[in-house]
Amino acid sequence: MRSFHYERAATPEAAVRNFDTADARFIAGGTNLLDLMKLQVETPGKLVDISRLDFAGVEDAEDGGLLIGALVPNSDLAADPRVVARYEVLARALLAGASGQLRNKATTGGNLLQRTRCYYFYDLHSPCNKREPGSGCSAIGGENRILAVLGTSENCIATHPSDMAVAMRALDATVVTLKRDGDRRRIALADFYRLPGDTPQIETVLESGELITHVALPPVREGSRQAYRKVRDRASYAFALVSVAGVVRMEDGSIAEARLAFGGLGPMPWRDVAVEQALVGQPPSPALFERAADILLADAQGQGTNDFKIPLARRTLAATLRDLTEAR
Amino acid sequence: MFGFGKSDNSLTMDKPQPVSRLDTTVQGLVGLGVERVDGPAKVSGQAIYAAEYRVDDVAYGVLVGAGIGKGKVVSVDVDAVKGLPGVIDVVTDYDTFIRVSQQGGETEAPTQGVKDIEYFGEIVAIVLGDTYEAARDAAIRLPIEYDTGAGVFAFSMDAERDGDLPENNTPAQSAQGDIDAAMDAAPVTVDVTYTTPSQNSAAMEPHASLAMWDGDGALTLYGAYQMPTSDAQQLAKSLGVAASKVRIVSRFIGGGFGSKLGIAPESVAAAVAAKRLGRPVKAVMMRQQVFDVTVRRSNTSQRMRLGAGTDGRLVAIGHETTASNLDTEDYFEPAGISTHFLYAGENRKVSHDLVRVNWLLSGSMRAPGEAVGLIALECAMDELAEKLGIDPIELRLLNEPAEDPEKKVPFSSRSLKAALTQGAERFGWSKRQPAGARREGDWLIGMGVASAARANTLMKSSAKVALHPDGTATVSSAMTDIGTGSYTILTQIAADMLGLPLDRIRMELGDTNHVPAAGSGGSWGAASAGSAVYLAAQTIRQKLAKAMDVDEEELTLKDGQAIARNRSVPIGSLTEGEPIEATGTIDKGKQEELFNQASYGAHFAEVGVNVVTGEIRVRRMLGVFGAGRILNQQTARSQCLGGMTFGIGAALHEELIHDERTGKIVNRDLAEYHIPVNADVPDLDVVFLPERDIHANPIHAKGIGEVGICGAAGAVANAVYNATGIRVRDFPITLDKLMPHLPQE
Amino acid sequence: MQFTINGQRREADVDVRTTLLDLLREHLALTGSKKGCDHGQCGACTVLVNGRRINSCLTLAVMHQDDEITTIEGLGSPERLHSLQAAFVAHDGYQCGYCTPGQICSAVGMLGEVAAGWGSHVSADLSSPGLNTDEIAERMSGNLCRCAAYPNIRAAIAEVGADHASAAATSARREGVSA
Repeated sequence: MRSFHYERAATPEAAVRNFDTADARFIAGGTNLLDLMKLQVETPGKLVDISRLDFAGVEDAEDGGLLIGALVPNSDLAADPRVVARYEVLARALLAGASGQLRNKATTGGNLLQRTRCYYFYDLHSPCNKREPGSGCSAIGGENRILAVLGTSENCIATHPSDMAVAMRALDATVVTLKRDGDRRRIALADFYRLPGDTPQIETVLESGELITHVALPPVREGSRQAYRKVRDRASYAFALVSVAGVVRMEDGSIAEARLAFGGLGPMPWRDVAVEQALVGQPPSPALFERAADILLADAQGQGTNDFKIPLARRTLAATLRDLTEAR
Repeated sequence: MFGFGKSDNSLTMDKPQPVSRLDTTVQGLVGLGVERVDGPAKVSGQAIYAAEYRVDDVAYGVLVGAGIGKGKVVSVDVDAVKGLPGVIDVVTDYDTFIRVSQQGGETEAPTQGVKDIEYFGEIVAIVLGDTYEAARDAAIRLPIEYDTGAGVFAFSMDAERDGDLPENNTPAQSAQGDIDAAMDAAPVTVDVTYTTPSQNSAAMEPHASLAMWDGDGALTLYGAYQMPTSDAQQLAKSLGVAASKVRIVSRFIGGGFGSKLGIAPESVAAAVAAKRLGRPVKAVMMRQQVFDVTVRRSNTSQRMRLGAGTDGRLVAIGHETTASNLDTEDYFEPAGISTHFLYAGENRKVSHDLVRVNWLLSGSMRAPGEAVGLIALECAMDELAEKLGIDPIELRLLNEPAEDPEKKVPFSSRSLKAALTQGAERFGWSKRQPAGARREGDWLIGMGVASAARANTLMKSSAKVALHPDGTATVSSAMTDIGTGSYTILTQIAADMLGLPLDRIRMELGDTNHVPAAGSGGSWGAASAGSAVYLAAQTIRQKLAKAMDVDEEELTLKDGQAIARNRSVPIGSLTEGEPIEATGTIDKGKQEELFNQASYGAHFAEVGVNVVTGEIRVRRMLGVFGAGRILNQQTARSQCLGGMTFGIGAALHEELIHDERTGKIVNRDLAEYHIPVNADVPDLDVVFLPERDIHANPIHAKGIGEVGICGAAGAVANAVYNATGIRVRDFPITLDKLMPHLPQE
Repeated sequence: MQFTINGQRREADVDVRTTLLDLLREHLALTGSKKGCDHGQCGACTVLVNGRRINSCLTLAVMHQDDEITTIEGLGSPERLHSLQAAFVAHDGYQCGYCTPGQICSAVGMLGEVAAGWGSHVSADLSSPGLNTDEIAERMSGNLCRCAAYPNIRAAIAEVGADHASAAATSARREGVSA
């Protein structure tokens, strides 16, 4: 870990004001940032400690949804009775991630900003365009079992590791921020992440010093079923190979609404509206689920040891849709 | 004063020992599941491990590994980091630093010299700091210039193979009869190749050494080492000092599983740096370095050939293993070690060779040989049973040999048949269905079985027992407790032999200042050190008998009292104010050649396989073992739980992935190298069969630390086959290997 | 810097980079908390901060200046073991002992989470989880044990957890509220 200046911010305004160098970072839970700083994958010159700011609550929003403070720990969010009752897919996704200890420390905002688990990103001796732009991608032509098959570029095939963000993507979450100039803005999670393209080091649309203060969830319509299916190598405490977050509402034996997001497949929590459009208005059937998977995976590209993710995603999607649509 | 003084009682196992005093002592503590005597210290954080000794003026050392897989170090830019606040120095010693860890039990230095880089991460320097933070920062930033060479970074069966290798508990090559002809003639055959990947012991405590020199040029090293006696010799040779000048202290060790048998690079680096600085140096490996530079279990490719008559009787057994290692290292994974004797069959071939690669050293990990060898043998037996249409247990019973089928010597004790039959009954084996037939919702359910065998060895070990006038006793030895329960079982043996309550026995282990011992490894620890304690205590018993003026057989020692001929006195009173000391020494002898000695057992597993994803969950498991006298039911059971769980890991999770462009291990942390977590391990059932082995040692115990892993992975794999009808021969069985063959729903 | 650890005020002059774990082990001689991976991947460093279990390796000491920190040494001593410590001894919930302090601190925190009604990945109903074997296994999966004492660890926790549950029920009855 490189040495750094440390400042604890007393107010959100002070936090963004103190973010006065390009190599500053906010720290809250720190479970991913310190992990990376120890290895010098991250080498901030300044840490602005936001952990004691007053963003640790979950409030009912006017639209009937929830406004989640960016500092709400993952464990608290998963246990919030409103989340359990109305956003079970989010509670399930949170509880499928990490460990009890990590969930107690990791925050809502930090979880969104987790960095990839790519082996080569973590290894300073390996070229990595995300860590060192222009150095090359070691994962292409290397070991990539855990990496992405959708949304990749020739420069990067990293996956986003979050479970929480996958559920939030399915729930149409919005990120609320405070910018250095004092402006607040709302960014739909759909617009929050960037594909790697030629700049895999830039992962979100956040500006330098822009602080996530809240995440807003719109209400989910009554009668929706929710599920989070995570497939991983161990029974617990492992990152997703593939995960599916689903929110589905049936009407008269047909799919009236379907929102589906995927983890483990892409550089961001993945969602494809065309998949959902293909489902809506249709009675559920294995053939329909196959069509949905065809659309989802039309552009999927394996890199060798991660090829299996394509059929795994197909099968997991079909089974999740089966569970969400079958008569009970 | 009877002039007791000190005395020795040595025994070389040249003859059976039909009488064990442990069967006639009256307290009966040996065998009970008494709680660990070191338990309260461990659960309250008071047990002190290598990196935790408090010494003044300690400098923190952080190791620096090479960033290339093959080549030479051109220069290390010490000045680039020496100015960082808190950095003391960067120490390199190209000739003295050890290139690889040493194998267990060796008394010479391992390969030295780190100017030449033979594998990725090889330790080339140590950065010293006043704080850990400063040293770690500088270690990561230290610029090193290399001259990169061409290495062999991928394992290929097409590569040239080296089969001319020195014996490693089993000869590299052996043959009996004509396997090829027998295979040609056999009506039913299996000829398949199983592969297993590199694995890491992944003990929870990273390798650590705290080194300090005194004014007389003597080194004390607090280290996480399983075999301090031989480790001290390795360290002395590496440093070029007399063995008498090196002391290793390893009182608590946070797991070893083979990875701490021989010295690892941090020990020499810490010692060299401590000398250079003139102050103590503490070097603890980062977890990534434990993966990079300690030792791996070799990957293997194992061709299994089995030929049988239609009646299921084996006529041919071939087990040809190719493993890998560095050019300079001859250790081969002895995967065929128990294939020599597990089943009958006249025509046999067991061979081992090596492909040379620029990968981390391969060496011992829990049950080297059997742990992966029995995957191949026991899965191939399952395949043969399927082909024959014979129940897999029946097939094994049919091929039970009357004696060692190669050496033609008797078995010292062997409970394999009982383990299989009693286990089958207990597990409900009769409910097993044909492959792919049982389904519950999305889960395919199957059962599997495998035999367990682990060669039993005795290693020369001493222990000193001192009976004090206050009626307490001290047992001391360089033996270690790596979680195996040595502190406890040696306490039980001493307590029963001396007739003292457990809390009157003081244990002093893990220090080369004590009498030498082989330490912990190879499942020999309990029997070897236990026999040494037994022998020492036996001498003390004789002296007490003499003090009571009776024969030793007439003496009853119980609850601190010595009782004979209607006389009962406190045992301490017989010491006449001076401690009675005796040293016991056990050594292997002719019994090892005259008898085949091994622990045996049977594993049963039931798994569920998700028909959609191929996820595998072990639902339940049973291990039935015969390992001679069980010294402590509870700690022995725990050893088996651990072994069986290693088997689950080997079957389903564990694989070190080498990048074929550099040889580096890419999944070098505990997030990506998957050892089983709590949720992966169901409640495991363990049964010990009553057994005594009079040929093994005077306490009639055999090894228990490794038999639990032997065959466990095979049972899980066979259960996966029974669940799905899919035979995966490349381990671990991850879902991606099953999924393409699962039905479309 | 000042810290409250096991109920005592402690002072230490540490680098801003010092983790809570290294503060405990290297500066305050509280070596019961173990370093197994230093990256939040093994749980050996688990301590309780304001009653919650966290990985002390993945947090900076400087961020905890007013927090109440409880380590394994604060739970009990060999002479006066905490009920979970005693249960780990009775059930052989360990072997080498290196992961053990983390397991026990984690279990203390975990039982509190169950008492608070928090669900887990394996809870069929997230709003009313119980404490069966599967629940303990899932909730303790952030604590690796290579010796693999998992079944014994679960037995130890189940025993204490059952006592907790009945004690909670008793006190609820005493206070005239339904459990």
